[in-house]
Amino acid sequence: MRWKPTTGPFAVDGQEDEAQMTAEQGYALYRAMLRIRRVEEAIARMYPSDKIQSPVHLSIGQEGVSVGVCLALGPTDRVYGTYRGHGLYIAKGGDLKKLFAELFGRVTGCAKGRGGSMHLVAPEVGLMGCSAIVAGIIPVAVGDALASKVQGSQRLVVVVFGDGAVDEGVFFESVNFAALKQLPVIFVCENNAYAIHSRVADRHRQAELFRYGESLGVPGERCNGNDVFGVLGTMERAVADVRRGCGPQLVEFMTYRWQEHVGPNTDHAEPYRDPRDIERARRFDPLNCAEGRLRERLDLTDDRIAEWETDVQRDIDEAIAFAEASPFPDPASLFEDLYEEAPSCGS
Amino acid sequence: MRLVTYRDALHAALSQAMEEDPTVCVMGIGVDDHKAVFGSTKDLVKRFGPHRVFDTPIAEGGMTGVAIGAALGGLKPVHIHIRCDFLYLALDQLLNLAAKWRSMFGGQMSVPLVVRAVVGRSWGQGAQHSQSLQSFMMHVPGIKVAMPTTAYDAQGLLLSAIADPNPVFLLEHRLLYELTGEVPDYCRAIPFGKTVVRREGDDVTLVANSYMAVEALRAADVLSGYGIQAEVVDPVSLVPMDEATILNSVRKTGRLVVVDTSWVTCGVSAEIAALVAEKAFDSLKAPVKRLGMQRTVCPVSKPLERAFYPHAGTIVAEVLDLLGEQRLDVQVPETATSFKGPF
Ligand SMILES: Cc1ncc(C[n+]2csc(CCOP(=O)(O)OP(=O)(O)O)c2C)c(N)n1
Ligand SMILES: [Mg+2]
Repeated sequence: MRWKPTTGPFAVDGQEDEAQMTAEQGYALYRAMLRIRRVEEAIARMYPSDKIQSPVHLSIGQEGVSVGVCLALGPTDRVYGTYRGHGLYIAKGGDLKKLFAELFGRVTGCAKGRGGSMHLVAPEVGLMGCSAIVAGIIPVAVGDALASKVQGSQRLVVVVFGDGAVDEGVFFESVNFAALKQLPVIFVCENNAYAIHSRVADRHRQAELFRYGESLGVPGERCNGNDVFGVLGTMERAVADVRRGCGPQLVEFMTYRWQEHVGPNTDHAEPYRDPRDIERARRFDPLNCAEGRLRERLDLTDDRIAEWETDVQRDIDEAIAFAEASPFPDPASLFEDLYEEAPSCGS
Repeated sequence: MRLVTYRDALHAALSQAMEEDPTVCVMGIGVDDHKAVFGSTKDLVKRFGPHRVFDTPIAEGGMTGVAIGAALGGLKPVHIHIRCDFLYLALDQLLNLAAKWRSMFGGQMSVPLVVRAVVGRSWGQGAQHSQSLQSFMMHVPGIKVAMPTTAYDAQGLLLSAIADPNPVFLLEHRLLYELTGEVPDYCRAIPFGKTVVRREGDDVTLVANSYMAVEALRAADVLSGYGIQAEVVDPVSLVPMDEATILNSVRKTGRLVVVDTSWVTCGVSAEIAALVAEKAFDSLKAPVKRLGMQRTVCPVSKPLERAFYPHAGTIVAEVLDLLGEQRLDVQVPETATSFKGPF
C-alpha cells in the first residue's frame, strides 16, 4: 500500500515522499504516537502533585516527528536529542517504567534519577543522550557518525534538534564538517514554530531553515511533520541515501508545540501565539490525521483503537506503579559514576 | 525606603538607567516576552521600544561579541541570560575580548558591557541548568564580578554596573528573586568593592555569598540558640573584593567557614581561604573550612540534590564541628522556598 502525505498548513507544495508500508507498519506508527500522547497527558495531569520535581518540556502535537524518524531506523542506528525528549525516548523504544522512574527521581530510572526529564538516555535502544544546552549535542552526533565511518560500520546517526538550534554557530560548524567528511548522519530539525516564545522569523531573515544545509553542501528538505506517514517516507529515503554513501542529509519537519515551552499547561492565550495557529494545529493533530487515514484506507475500527488505548493505559499505570514503588537513590551514592575506573598502569 | 522583591529591584534599576541614559539597551533571549526574565525586564520593550530592548537569536557566543562591539560603538548593552550555564558558549568573547580589550590595546578604549545571568538551584535543574560561574570570570583579569544577595544589592549594583566603563558580570540567583528587601525610593548606585556584614558575632565568621548568605543567616539563628554567635559576611563584590572586611572579621572571631554557591575547587572559597591564610594566618584558632556544591555533577533526584548543595543544616554542622561541639540533636528545618518550578 502506498501513502500520500497529507497536505495542510504545515505541508510543502509538491512534497512527493511516500512510504511503502504494510498495515502492520501503519498501525505501529499510530500506536507509537498514541503512546507518546497518553504518556505526556499523564505527566501533565500528575505534575501538580509534585511527584515530578524537575522541568518538563512536553511533545504533545509533535509526536509525528519522533515516531516517523525513529521507525525509519534500525536497532543499531543511534539518535541524539534534546530536553524535549520524552517523544524521542518512547519512539526509539525506551522502557516506559524507566522513563517514569527517571521523572520521579528514582534509582531505577533510565539515568538512575540523576538526569531527570531533560536528560533521557537509553543506549540499549540507541538513544545516546539528550542535552539541555541548545545545539550542543549536534556535533557530538557528527562525531559518532565519524566513528561509524572510520570503523566501516553500517551504523547511522540521527540528531534531532529544534528550530532554535539553527541559531547557534555550532550547528553550522557541525553540518560543514559532516559534509566535508561525507558522514552518515541525518540532521533532523523539528520546527515547532517557536524557540520558547520567539518565532523563527524573529530570529532568521532566511526562515527556511532547511536551506542552510545546501550552502554547506548538504541536501536539505522541508516536510510536514504532522503527517507521520510522510515523515516516515522522507526519512526512509534519507536513510537509504545515507546508507548508500551519499553523505549527510538535513530534514526540517514542520510541526507545532501545543503546550507551554516548559511545564504541564497550555498557554494558548499568550501574546506570542497566533490564535489561528492553534486552530490549525488542532485540525492537523498528527494523531487524529493518522487515525483518519488509517480508517479510510484500512479496516481500523473503534474496537481496535479502544484496545490500543487500554494497552497504553495499562502500560502507563504499570510504569507509574513501578516508579512509585522504586526507591530513591541513596544519598551516599552521590559521588558514584563521575569517572569510570581507569585500567591500572602498574607502579 | 520601600520593600520590594529582588526581581522588582532589578526592574526598577533597569528602568531608571534606561530613562536617564538613552544609550542603555537590553538584549538577550526572552527579554521582550511575556515572562520577561522572571519579570525583571517587564514592559521595558513597551516603554523604550524594540531598538533598545530586543530578543536575540540563540547564539550566546556571537551575541556577546555583538554586545562588545555595540559597547565600543557607543551603546551600553545589558546582556541577560536566564541561566549562567549558557555563558560557557560566550567565554571566548567575554574572556578573550571584553576582558582584554582595554589593556591589550594600551588603555585607549573601554568596553562598557553588563552581563546579567541567573544561577538555577532546586526543582531538578540538573546537570546543565544549575551551575554558578563566578570563579571562571574571577580567574581572568579584566571583568568585574558581583553576586547581589538582597534587593538593595541588586538595584544598587545593577546601576553601578551600567555606569561602569568596564565589563561587569552580575550573577543573580533564582532562589533570591522572590525575596523582599528595602531599597531607596530613588534607586542609587552602590559602589563595587564592598563586603557586607549581614550579622555580627564573635565566635565564628561565615563568609557566604548570594543565596548561601541567606542560608548562612538561617544557620546563624540556629547557632545562636546554642550560644554560638556567628558573624555573617557577604562578599557581594567579588572583583574587586573588599578584603579588609573579611580579614577584620576573621581577626575578631579566629574561625572561618566559607560557603559558596559553586564547587570549592579553585573557587571563591579557595580564594578567600587563601586570602586569610596569607593575611590573617596568625589570628586563626582552627583550620579554615569550606562548603560548596559537592564535587560531582548536579543530580536531579531530590535526595541526591539535597546532599549535593550546602544549606543551613550543613553550615551548622560544620560550625559545631569546628568548635569541637557534639550537638548531634541539632535539627535545622529545610529551607522553606516558594519556588516550585517548572523553571
Ligand atoms: C545555549 C542555550 N541557550 C539558551 C538556552 C535556553 N533555552 C532552552 S530551550 C530554548 C529554546 C529552544 O528552542 P528550539 O530549539 O526551537 O526547541 P523547542 O523548545 O522548540 O523544542 C532556549 C533558548 C539553552 N538551553 N541553551
Ligand atoms: Mg522550537
